[in-house]
Amino acid sequence: MALLTQASGRRLVAGIPLLWLLLLFLIPFLIVFRISFSEVRLAIPPYTPLISWHQGMPTLDVHTSAYSFLFTDPLYVSSYLYSLKVAAVSTLCCLLIGYPMAYAIARSRSATRSVLLMLVVLPFWTSFLLRVYAWIGLLKNNGVINNVLLYLGVIHQPLTLLQTDFAVYVGIVYSYLPFMILPLYTNLEKHDPTLLEAAADLGARPLRAFLAITLPQSAAGILAGSLLVFIPAVGEYVIPTLLGRTDQLMIGRVLSDEFFENRDWPVASAVAIVVLLLLVVPIILFQRLQRRELEAQP
Amino acid sequence: MRSRGLFARSALVLGLVFLYVPIVSMMVFSFNHSRLVTVWDAAHSPTLKWYKALFSNEQILGAAFLSIRIALMSATAAVVLGTLAGMALARFGPFRGRLLLAGMTTAPIVMPEVITGLSLLLLFVAMGQLIGWPRGAGAVTITLAHITFCMAYVTVVVQSRLAGFDESLEEAAMDLGARPVTVFGRVTLPLILPAIASGWLLAFTLSWDDLVITQFVAGPGSSTLPMVIFSKVRFGVTPDVNALATILVLIVATGIALSTVWMRYREKRRERDLQLAAAANL
Repeated sequence: MALLTQASGRRLVAGIPLLWLLLLFLIPFLIVFRISFSEVRLAIPPYTPLISWHQGMPTLDVHTSAYSFLFTDPLYVSSYLYSLKVAAVSTLCCLLIGYPMAYAIARSRSATRSVLLMLVVLPFWTSFLLRVYAWIGLLKNNGVINNVLLYLGVIHQPLTLLQTDFAVYVGIVYSYLPFMILPLYTNLEKHDPTLLEAAADLGARPLRAFLAITLPQSAAGILAGSLLVFIPAVGEYVIPTLLGRTDQLMIGRVLSDEFFENRDWPVASAVAIVVLLLLVVPIILFQRLQRRELEAQP
Repeated sequence: MRSRGLFARSALVLGLVFLYVPIVSMMVFSFNHSRLVTVWDAAHSPTLKWYKALFSNEQILGAAFLSIRIALMSATAAVVLGTLAGMALARFGPFRGRLLLAGMTTAPIVMPEVITGLSLLLLFVAMGQLIGWPRGAGAVTITLAHITFCMAYVTVVVQSRLAGFDESLEEAAMDLGARPVTVFGRVTLPLILPAIASGWLLAFTLSWDDLVITQFVAGPGSSTLPMVIFSKVRFGVTPDVNALATILVLIVATGIALSTVWMRYREKRRERDLQLAAAANL
């Protein structure tokens, strides 16, 4: 409160980052929005201007062809649905794997706790791209998993694991698991163990006590972790490109291809705007959670 | 009670195995002689030949150098901007633009990277036409893009550290007549220094690691290390990338181990100082 009394100093401290983000975060979205209402043309830049001049009068040139294209070509609709499905299934898997892990870390002794947390976070600090790449070596036809299974006699023909939905799920769960575990851990660590003891004293079985006490209390952690996985997973590009199917693309790949391969800036922009519309509710939810978390004085 | 503890603990062990098997397998096969990466050639392995190939690959070395330069600049600028934003959000109470600032510092964390990348490139193109700067894409545009998404993370780290302290120390300094700049330099900065350090490391790692946003804003001439790796692995595994991965994992693991030890040491020393202070007061 009393840190910077001089109003000008405060204005500077808040103003510099605000200005930076306005210029490099907000305005870019407005430009994407504006280009999504153009048509592609062979020129530099490769789209029609927003305002054109007819007999000395400026007229607004708004094209909705990029959007109508998105909804008439089944490729786009199926990519959107597929991306939402992949993100939802991966988020659920992350939750099912991450929850017990976070629970075990939160209940461990404090000396082991910091080591366990470090073990969860360490992969996050190593290259994301290289960790996804590592799965190619594990999943391909003559890869480690198939070789081990063949050696053990579990299978006699190598399984097709790479370039499948399964590979994408594994890749996303693997890469995003720490983002699920950390908010869950922060939440579970604050729980009061005496509540569970009281429930046990009153005769509740552990499962019932868990369902009645721990699970509802950790709702905020579950939501935060799920949003941290789900939102970026919808637009995931690297994982499906390296591990995923070639006959069904995710929307992040479609956007990138429209831009780089087809050089169709208006359609690429329209794809981005529709992704944003799909994600606007989860993003707002995440921001509210984040604000509450950061502004809660301990 | 006990059975559930057992379930959670075995899930933890299995989960950690899941997290580490790919990394370990990559490290093991970096010493494999065979080009076939995942078929262990027992007769000629272990070998260091992929490490030798790596260090004579000028494309990779050049890209790594560019990535380090960009990461150093981005992390440093992101720390400055992120600390300012974190200060404003944690200490200034309500002000005009606060909600906007808070929203714009949390959104980049979850925003799908293809969207951020596309929007930044379109901005740079529009700026190029309007004011003639930046001229073409390259290290400058990559750095500007990296600063923007890195500062969001720094803001969160700094803001949550500041939220953990009440303002009484800063207020005491003000009451004793210290000017705001002095209060920041002598009181606030030392308090948030750990957050600034970890924010810088986080920003460096994110910048060093980023592929998708970089691909959008990088020009034809400038390839960062993730871009070179991606173009190599897109069409299958290559053994020298395994060697590169091993080196990077070892650097990160050593760094984290050292910082953990250092933080433990600081914590211990602080506890001892507190005990001494308490004893002196008696």
